[in-house]
Amino acid sequence: MKKIEAIIRKSKYSAVRNALHDVGVNFFSYWDVTGLGNEKEGHVYRGVSYSTSDIQRRYISIVVNDDFEEPTIKAILDSAVTGDVGDGKIFVSDVKECYRIRTGEKGGNTLK
Amino acid sequence: MELLTINNVWMMICTALVFFMHLGFAFLEIGLTRQKNTINILFKNIFIITVGLLLYALVGFNLMYPGEFNGFLGFAGFGLESPLTAEGALDLTYSEGYTYWTDFLFQGMFAATAATIVSGAVAERIKIFPFMIFVILYVGFIYPIAGSWKWGGGFLQELETPFYDFAGSTLVHSVGGWAALVAVCLLGSRIGKFKNGKIQAIPGHNIPLATAGVLILWLGWFGFNGGSVLSADPGLTSLTLVTTCLAAAAGGVLASLVSYLKYKNLDLTMFLNGILGGLVGITAGADQMSPTDAIIIGAVAGAIIVFAVSLIDRLKLDDPVGAIAVHLVCGIWGTLAVGIFGELASGAQFVSQLIGVVAYAAICITSSFIILFTLKKTVGIRVSEKEELEGLDGFEHGMDAYPDFRLNEH
Repeated sequence: MKKIEAIIRKSKYSAVRNALHDVGVNFFSYWDVTGLGNEKEGHVYRGVSYSTSDIQRRYISIVVNDDFEEPTIKAILDSAVTGDVGDGKIFVSDVKECYRIRTGEKGGNTLK
Repeated sequence: MELLTINNVWMMICTALVFFMHLGFAFLEIGLTRQKNTINILFKNIFIITVGLLLYALVGFNLMYPGEFNGFLGFAGFGLESPLTAEGALDLTYSEGYTYWTDFLFQGMFAATAATIVSGAVAERIKIFPFMIFVILYVGFIYPIAGSWKWGGGFLQELETPFYDFAGSTLVHSVGGWAALVAVCLLGSRIGKFKNGKIQAIPGHNIPLATAGVLILWLGWFGFNGGSVLSADPGLTSLTLVTTCLAAAAGGVLASLVSYLKYKNLDLTMFLNGILGGLVGITAGADQMSPTDAIIIGAVAGAIIVFAVSLIDRLKLDDPVGAIAVHLVCGIWGTLAVGIFGELASGAQFVSQLIGVVAYAAICITSSFIILFTLKKTVGIRVSEKEELEGLDGFEHGMDAYPDFRLNEH
């Protein structure tokens, strides 16, 4: 099993979710974060101009069976991209075990 | 009798509208500051309206309206004592415009506004108990004594060309404004506001609330100015509401325009401050101005605000809500404008207005400095660095303003 974490633009969330649905991934969590990166936003407040790289993003965390790893990553890469600096990142890591709380079972079947 | 009833009803409505302004101040102040200090700011605002009103009943009203006195300081006794007829009923010949009770409550609602102005300027770093002491002394005593000089029939009223302040550009707004300026100087700026001499932005956490606050204040001004006619005189009250609203509108538009030209962006908070500046500016002479005068006065106030905010920043003074620019600077402008525009415009009037401005500057700067400096040197007026960084809500109140949801903090 693999954990796929993606930091994407909030405006791209809808597209990413639909793309994930199209490859059969309908099971994940997400939350809004503020992140630091290469993109900068210009702000003005009461006459003070400042540029910040603290920008709002959405963080999606998906755990999938190994055979879903490639399709999921491809779906996110295709749907979350704009071509501008600040499109985000995808991190892939190994997951040791997975349980379904309702039944107590474990293993790859719990992700189906 | 019907006339008194009609007048009194209007005055009571206005009393309620001025009371409602405290909600406006509360929203504006918390909207323009960070969420970690929200409970603290609200607590200060609620303290001001409750304790302020009680103090006004205990001493303020009779300090402000002492009857026959030497023109500088008089006192008609502790507590409220309504005038009674021979039969022991409320003497309604007290005034044609209102009853004794209405008089007290209407004026009482104004009294607390002066301290609320200060609470915005000192937000996010003042210690709450010293602030309470300041409010008790300043609203309890200084505000009404200063007010007696004009509205109480004191020496400014007795000038050959009487000083004129219709609803309090000087008596309320600049009284608050001077104290705000002194407090900001003594308190110092918030940590992080100036880095290596460069001004940093500390954005407010809830701009919609700030906007709601300004609109509520505008609504309250219908009572603030409308009630200062001190009767329901149809001509004067309706004209006053018109001049008030036109000045507010013009102030907002000009502040927005000037700030756009200066900073190349459409800043909502400057728009809002401009509205308030226009309102403060017209408050000295709302019943004396033509609609055109009102628009000009409001417009100038709005324009001044942008430059005042910038100047105050460049002087390394930290005023989180722009209280000094709105209330002090526009308060002075509105006061002087009575000598330049409207029915009372004349050289002599302008001089009287100037005398008034200087007199109030003297008493306000001196008294607020003595109070705050003493507090600073004895118990201290500023919270510790740790407390300021973590937020006052946790340390002074042990409470969260938004326990169920976390906004992004900065």
